[in-house]
Order: sequence, then C-alpha cells, then structure tokens
Amino acid sequence: MTMEAHRYEDGSITYPGHPRGPNGDEPVGTVDLSDYTAEVVTWTTSQATPPGVREPNHLAIVEFDVSGQAVRALCQLTTGEVSIGDEVRPVYCEELRDPEAGIREAASQSWDGYRFEPVE
Amino acid sequence: MPDVAVIGASMTQFGRREAWIRELLAEAGTACLDDAGVSPEAVEHLYVSNMASGEFEGQTGVPNALAHDLAAVPAYTQRVDQTSASGGAGIYAAWQSVASGASGMTLLVGGEKMTHRTTGEATDVIASLTHPVEYKQGVTLPSFAGLTARLYLDRFDAPRESLAKVAVKNHENGVRNPHAQFRKEIDVETAMEAPMVADPLRLYDFCPITDGSAALLFCPERVAREYTDEYAVVSGVGGSTDTHVVHERVDPTTMGGVVDSGREAYEMADVGPDDVDVAELHDMFTILEFLQMEGLGFAPEGEAWREIERGTTEIDGELPVNTSGGLKSKGHPLGASGVAQGYEIYKQLVGDAGDRQVDADVGLACNVGGFGNCVTTTVMEAAK
Repeated sequence: MTMEAHRYEDGSITYPGHPRGPNGDEPVGTVDLSDYTAEVVTWTTSQATPPGVREPNHLAIVEFDVSGQAVRALCQLTTGEVSIGDEVRPVYCEELRDPEAGIREAASQSWDGYRFEPVE
Repeated sequence: MPDVAVIGASMTQFGRREAWIRELLAEAGTACLDDAGVSPEAVEHLYVSNMASGEFEGQTGVPNALAHDLAAVPAYTQRVDQTSASGGAGIYAAWQSVASGASGMTLLVGGEKMTHRTTGEATDVIASLTHPVEYKQGVTLPSFAGLTARLYLDRFDAPRESLAKVAVKNHENGVRNPHAQFRKEIDVETAMEAPMVADPLRLYDFCPITDGSAALLFCPERVAREYTDEYAVVSGVGGSTDTHVVHERVDPTTMGGVVDSGREAYEMADVGPDDVDVAELHDMFTILEFLQMEGLGFAPEGEAWREIERGTTEIDGELPVNTSGGLKSKGHPLGASGVAQGYEIYKQLVGDAGDRQVDADVGLACNVGGFGNCVTTTVMEAAK
C-alpha cells in the first residue's frame, strides 16, 4: 500500500493525482507520501458521522514537505489530542470505513489507507 | 440581449413536510405562476433545481413530472444539479434561457425532500459529492466546516463567539419569516454550550435537514411590464468552480469560487460590494458567512468576524445579511436553497418582505455547492 501523489512537469505535486496538474501539465512521476511525516494544518473531530464511519472521527488536513514542494492531504488521525503545527506520521489502516455501509458503490474505490499519529 | 426580469416568486413552508418531491415542486410552481398571474401554457422553459431526488426518494425525471403536474406541457424541461448550489445554478440557467432569446417565459423551481432519511443517511448522500480519497476518510461537509473554522479562528485571532453571533442573528431574522423551519431566537450562551458536532463548531453552527421548495419566474423586461410594474431585474450573474478536492486549495480560508463568481456578477451588473443593500449568503455553516463576506468584498480577508461584532450585518445594520434567516434558520432543502435566496432578494426589492423589509435597490445572493466547490452569485436590482 502506498499513498501515491503525482508530480507534474512544472514540479508541482498533488494528492490525489489528476490527468493534468494545477497548471495544466501532465504527470511525470509519482511520490509515495507514506514515506514522509507531515504537519497538521488544521484538524477537527466529527461527532456526527455517516453510516460505516467510526464515531468520533478525528480528521486533519496535513502538509508534507517533499524536497521543498508542499503537498497536502485530508486524513484520519489516531487521536483528537493534536494541535495545529504538530508533526504526524502515517499508520496503515486496512479499512478506513465500512465499504458496504455508505451510499458509494463499494467496488468503485479503495477503502484502505493511512491514519496519522503524532510523532512523540 | 434582453434584460431579464423576475416577475413572480414563491416558497413553500420549509421544515419537515409530509409531501414528497413531486408534490413539493408542484406546490411552489403553481404558487409562483399564481403570484405572477401567468398561465402554465405560457411557460416555454421549465428548470428544476434538485440535487438528489433519486438518491433520497427513488424518484427521477422530476422536470417532466412537474411540467405534467403544472399543465406546462410541452415546455422544454431540464434538471439542474450543482449539489447545494443547484438553485443558484438554476437561476443562471433560467437567466441564460431568457437572455439568449431561447425562451420568452422561464419557470425555475428548486426543491428537495430529505427529512425521511436519518441525519447520517442524509449526510452521506451529501458527502457522496467528495473525491474517493476524501470519502473513504469518512469526511462530511460539516467536518470540512470544522477544519476551516479552526484554521480561520487561529489565523485571524477571531473569537469563537463571533461564529455563535452569526447563528444568533440568523435565528432572530428567521423569527420574522413565516416559511422558516426554525422561528426561535437563541442566545450566544446557548450556541456556545450546544453539543459539539465538528470541533470547534457546535449544533447551532449548522443548518438543519429540510424539506421544501421555491420558485422564480423569468421573462424579458419588456414582457414583464405587460404583467406588473413591480419586478426585479437580474443585472448580474456569475458562476465558478474551485478544486473538487478541498485540501488541494492553496488557502483553505479563501473560497475561490465565491471570489470568481462574485467578480463576474459584479462586472455584469456594473456594481461593486459597496452598492449592495441586502445579501443572502449560503450559511450552511456559520463560518461560510464570514468566508463569503470576504470573498465578495464586503470585508477584507480575516476581518468579516469584526462586522458581526459591529452589527453591520444585522437586519437594521449597514448591510443586512440573511434577512430570511438564512439556511441556518430558514432551513436547507438542497436544491431549493439558491432559489429561496432569490425569492428573498426579489421580495426585498419589490417591497414585499413583510416584517423583514429593508430599504434595498440592489440585492445579492451567493449560493455555494460542496464546500465552495461550485458557486453562483446573482445580483438583482429593483425595476426602475
């Protein structure tokens, strides 16, 4: 399992990848963000979650520094005991939510990924 | 290109309704035609703003059903789905149909039936607009609001109470709106102590789940005068998108779609934020009222919270915002909300807003889909 971001001709990186980057460039490579730690940009704890989602659900937008290029991701946290600016690292999770419980067709996407935990 | 007038408007009671989507749409549609004194056979185009009648109710094909129910056959029909901004996008489509000359009389009806679903189910239907990498994290639109509110409060040193004051203001306005889902005042303490939903946002920072519909009737201005002297003109309309994946935005506290659609609407209307007398903003979450005020130029970046502290946006303030009670108090039947914003601005401009009436010649409505993913801004002016 990887956390695959796309790198584009102009050097920009996005997670997830797109057929064209933010400036219209084609992807030229990938970066596995699970090899990196990240910084918490902001976070919340969602108390009212949809079917198949853990309750409460700790969520954050985190930012990676990939050789000077910033790239962000939305991710679950292992805990709500975090602050803006904290360093977090990925922990693999086989099923981030129950694929069969929500409105989205289970076969249409993957359901594993990474939760992030604070780096002590 | 003809100037486009709005000559009739209606909205149903918002809240928990026994009626299903077809009945809700027909209720607003017939009331709107009656309001304007226009017969159904005069309708050439019929647009229905609706996000998810198939997902919520298992009823698709609603535009054709509505044309039949209104006796508007053989009018051209089209569904407009732009998630929570379906109503605003419907205004854009209706304006286009008349401005282009394709239609001489266009009826727009927006509606949604939601309350038969649990909160979790309704939240999931709405969250299905997200990208797979977002959806699998269990993200909801309220959690996007929590993420953004925390960053806004931290970055701009805004007091948490300022968001509660948005809820208090809009609930107070809702008391004056007979169609509102909640006609109940709250105080800051109640909002600050309510159950947490998406930290730091609490229950009263969020709009409810709602059934309801609203309608507007459009025609060329020269035709409007055949029916009435009291009408409004759509002087500017702009539509724009931002990234589908919310975390890819450079600045999470700036809604690019609001900025771009607002600029487009202002340019078309040849007005600026200082010219606007009354505004309906998409307060699905209290933080969105601040982000739209800043994106539309009503306040500098990071400063909108100061305007609620000053009372600027209260109904007797310099710029009344959400005189209808907003989505917060009036309710948010997804496809209806943008149309209901237009209803409120129309009523304010023709002097028929009852207890909510303010002195207004220029009104603005901003309808936001997703978490700023797609936005339509409309400027309306009173007939001269």
